[in-house]
Amino acid sequence: MPRTRLEPRFHVEYLSILDSEGNVDTALEPDLSVEELKRLYSAMLLSRRLDERMVRLQRQGRIGTFAPIKGQEASQLGTVSCLRPADWMVPSFRETAAMLWRGWPIEKVLLFFSGYLEGGQPAIDQHDLPVTIPVATQIPHAVGLAYAVQYRGDDAVVMTYFGDGATSEGDFHEALNFAGVWHVPVVFVCQNNQWAISVPLKKQTHSRTIAEKAHAYGFPGIQVDGNDVLAVLAATREAVKRAREGDGPTLIECVTYRLGVHTTADDPTKYRSAEEVAEWERKDPLTRFTTYLQKRNLLEEGLDERVDAEIAEAVRRFEATPPADALTMFDHVYAELPPDLKVQRESLAARLREGGTTEETRPASPPMRGQRTTRR
Amino acid sequence: MASLNMVKALNLALRQEMERDPDVLVIGEDVGVDGGVFRVTEDLQRAFGSRRVIDSPLAEAAIVGTSVGMALYGLRPVCEIQFSGFAFQCFHQFENHAARYRMRTQGRFHVPLVVRMPYGGGVRALEHHSESEEQFYAHIPGIKMVIPSGPRNARALLVSAIRDPDPVIFFEAKALYHASREEVPDEPEALPIGQAHLVREGRDVTLIAYGAMMRVAQEAAETLVREDHVEPEVIDLLTISPLDRETIVASVAKTGRAVIVHEAPKSFGAGAEIATSIMEGAFLSLEAPIRRVTAYDVPFVGFARERANVPDAARVVAAARETLAY
Repeated sequence: MPRTRLEPRFHVEYLSILDSEGNVDTALEPDLSVEELKRLYSAMLLSRRLDERMVRLQRQGRIGTFAPIKGQEASQLGTVSCLRPADWMVPSFRETAAMLWRGWPIEKVLLFFSGYLEGGQPAIDQHDLPVTIPVATQIPHAVGLAYAVQYRGDDAVVMTYFGDGATSEGDFHEALNFAGVWHVPVVFVCQNNQWAISVPLKKQTHSRTIAEKAHAYGFPGIQVDGNDVLAVLAATREAVKRAREGDGPTLIECVTYRLGVHTTADDPTKYRSAEEVAEWERKDPLTRFTTYLQKRNLLEEGLDERVDAEIAEAVRRFEATPPADALTMFDHVYAELPPDLKVQRESLAARLREGGTTEETRPASPPMRGQRTTRR
Repeated sequence: MASLNMVKALNLALRQEMERDPDVLVIGEDVGVDGGVFRVTEDLQRAFGSRRVIDSPLAEAAIVGTSVGMALYGLRPVCEIQFSGFAFQCFHQFENHAARYRMRTQGRFHVPLVVRMPYGGGVRALEHHSESEEQFYAHIPGIKMVIPSGPRNARALLVSAIRDPDPVIFFEAKALYHASREEVPDEPEALPIGQAHLVREGRDVTLIAYGAMMRVAQEAAETLVREDHVEPEVIDLLTISPLDRETIVASVAKTGRAVIVHEAPKSFGAGAEIATSIMEGAFLSLEAPIRRVTAYDVPFVGFARERANVPDAARVVAAARETLAY
């Protein structure tokens, strides 16, 4: 009965294909057609321009608080672009790029962040869950969906998103544990953007990587340069293939950076230095991908203008949305309206008939903490 | 017809619903090989296999969280939480998600989920194995909260819960699991959720109870008939939420007096909501203040003190006499 060393039967890989200067490791470069590259680029540009526009809309009081994605476009598009429409996408609350790719109309995203429940309604044929706000609580839903896929014998893969902070939550660990035991077709995408609001990664976990946490649950984890869309895509292709072929879950840790605020109510100058941000700006995923396409002579003329026009048109449609119909708040509580809710609905209807207004009024209250001093 | 206790009656409901609908699954801790610590899921894994009767890892949040995902996909998971005292580790999945997906997605998705949990005292158990926490669930819009009181209605309500398109929290009184047998029809039988049952007609005072407290209320009613020569009316709520106010109000409009019995602590409990319904619906018929007979507002007291805390027939009789003499 000796004391022996159990050789760990796992290793953690780090994958990088395209560096900050746009140099590519051709041996690892994923096979992508020109059309696929162009589509990825235009999605990345749209996400960036929309994000910047949304920050302005929020500052102007035209939409509410939201969580910008600037800096994380490659992590989202490199992963989501490996899904088929019949696959499932389970987001948290900072996945605008992934949601646009999956077909969420821009105006729905704007509606969502303007307090309209209509903005959370996926289309009837869309296999996406809506934004989930409580951190990590959507991860078990993804595992349940994947169990159901396997149970029904359907050909689908489930992909779920969360941040580095989420990996401290119980729901993250429970969900990964269940996924390992059940061996279900799910891909966990951690966008490790270094900051959970004001708490840096080193205060979130003592593990060297987030990817290695997968090994504790018996399936592979890989760390990728999350600002390198080619590396993210290459790693995700492998993970999705494994899931689809019945080889179980994968955790992908995308090492990236939130270049902007946590939400528009946050002031990151309080907790991180301008130098740190500048260093990550040099690794900007969009700049890098632009350089790569430039070298291959694949940049399209007039794309910026087309993207901006698409956003402008969506903002126009969003702002033409009629006021929310207050009475519909009772429509989706239960499949059938219970007697109590019938009475409550009638009471609101009477208020409305008597000329009561329920339209949202712009708050006169001061902005939330940090809003005025935020620089980025 | 077979004479079954509540455990066997619940098992029958699960078995027949699983036979009827391949989308019905059972998931929980020890529900498979072991058949559940109370044997409610006994032999189901043998009959339906380990993919449909899932011995899950020991984690309440993921049991409910993954079940929410299965339900979103269109399956009908029936979760077992081993004791209701452990459900606070998955409470966020009920409140944040199961209750809200229909609203959040404006009807695109819904969560046809049943979560069964043994609750309540009377079984000489340790902390977290004896509490009564229905009020937390009843307060969540989007969730239905059901508590049967005997084998036959337990079976029929579980059938309805499984077929219901919305999430149902289904409390099973541990004290009733083996307390009595009842004739339960072989053919599937369903009882509508949201309807209370008038179990005894009377005219002098209305006793309102549910779950394990039904036995207490009925025993009190018998004493009142025998010793006080009054005719109590007894209502078994069966569903806490949505509450059947109509049945309650109609009864108190007739009797003018009400005593509400529950095992949960008094303040902010179901009794307060029931009393308000009576105030709103039968104020002018009231002959006496509404009385609540409940546990005291104290945390778990241990079974050495349980009888002093949980309502018994004597306390209900005393409260009824006070209202009758008012």
